[in-house]
This record gives sequence, structure tokens and C-alpha cells, in this order.
Amino acid sequence: MADYYSSFEPKGTRWLLQRITAAFLVVVLAYHFMLLHFVNHAYEITFAGTQARMSQVGYFITMVLFLIAGTFHGVNGVYNALVNQGLNGTQKTAVKWLLVVAGVMLIVQGIRVAIAMTNLI
Amino acid sequence: MSQSYDRGLIEDFGRWQEFSAGMWAWIFHKFTGWVLIGYLFTHIAVLSTATVDGATYTQTLQSLESLLVVRVLEVGLLAVAVFHILNGVRLLFVDLGVGLEAQDKAFYAALIVSAAITVASIPTFLMGAF
Repeated sequence: MADYYSSFEPKGTRWLLQRITAAFLVVVLAYHFMLLHFVNHAYEITFAGTQARMSQVGYFITMVLFLIAGTFHGVNGVYNALVNQGLNGTQKTAVKWLLVVAGVMLIVQGIRVAIAMTNLI
Repeated sequence: MSQSYDRGLIEDFGRWQEFSAGMWAWIFHKFTGWVLIGYLFTHIAVLSTATVDGATYTQTLQSLESLLVVRVLEVGLLAVAVFHILNGVRLLFVDLGVGLEAQDKAFYAALIVSAAITVASIPTFLMGAF
């Protein structure tokens, strides 16, 4: 069974970014779950605890990069899945821009939230 | 080197009994991906209570965490995330052309390890829910 199964052709910026963000997300998503469910418990979360974490510059930057990488990977993944299902023509263009707008809005709102969680500003 | 090979239409789900390990991996990766991006939007929406004030944020999160259904859904989210991570690592190796002979076994390993981590996490996720 040495067939090459990958459904993606290695080409283009989005192809490469999907894999770079994947490698980053593997580490940070696992860290996120560990920190917020096992080290700290979700049911004990308070704004003070969140603020203490988010006010550390390194943690803040990691979380913002996590948001951007996760949004790109997820939205691009949805687009790839729909194209794979046969989306084309005007619908493809409309879906592409809808996903771009949704992704940008999610990142903007996520950064607003991240800033509100800090005492950095 | 890409090698083309006809596995038939994966979208024809009526053929599920004929599906190979790789096809199941593809389906599970798609499904878990949809769940994760859906959750990301929901997650940011809930965390947006932090833009109101600290008390609203704390109260919202603690109210949600007091619901058993939320705790159970969190276990489901963990299962979905762990599988997507492990199968994603497998896909990265496939893209790099490393260990192609073991990709089926790697999929089964991803399933078993995901299940083990999920089951082992249940006590932590349900702690204080009753």
C-alpha cells in the first residue's frame, strides 16, 4: 500500500500556508487544551485569571497568531472542501468572498476580544 | 510524486462498506474540520463577553460550565480536536512522502490514541459538573 493518497496537489501559496498553519496549530491547539482544561480548569475560569494570562506579551502574541492561523486553516479548509465537492463558477467566487469576509471579521473581533482581556493598553 | 488511482466517488456514501482506511480518514478529517471551524466562531462569540466587562465574562463562562450538556460537548470537542491533530500529523507525513507504507496503520493508531486520550480526559472534563 504505497499509493500516494494526498488529495492535494502541491502547488500555490494556499497549499503551502495550509500545511505551515497545520504544523503550528498541532502544537498550539494541544497546548491550549492542556493549559485551559488540565492545568487550569475551564469551570474555574474567571476574568482575573484570563487577564493575568493574556497580559503576558508572549502569551498574547501566541494567542493572536493562534487565532489567525486557526481562522486561515479553517476557512481555507472549508473552501477546499467545497471546491472538492464541485463548487465552481459564480457560486465559487461568491463563496470565496463570503469566506474571506467571515474570516477577516472573525480575526478582527478575536483581536478586539484579546485586547479587552489584557491590561496592556 | 503523485500517483493517480481510482477509488471511486467518496461522496457516494452508500458505498461505505467498500471504503478503505484512507477514505474513512478523509471523511473523519473533513467532519472534524467542519466541527472545529464552527466551534471557533462560537468560541470567539462567547469570549466576546469580555468586551462588555469582566463580571459578564466570568458569569457567562461559569454559567455555561455549570451545564452538564456543555461539559459533554467539551469532551466531544476534545475527541474531535485530538483526532484532527493526530490525523493531521499523519497527513503532513504523507505530504512529505514519509512512511507511506504505514499510512493505514497510522490512521488506526490515530483513532485508538484519540479514543484513549478522550476516555482518560472524561474525569477532568466532568469534574464538579454534578
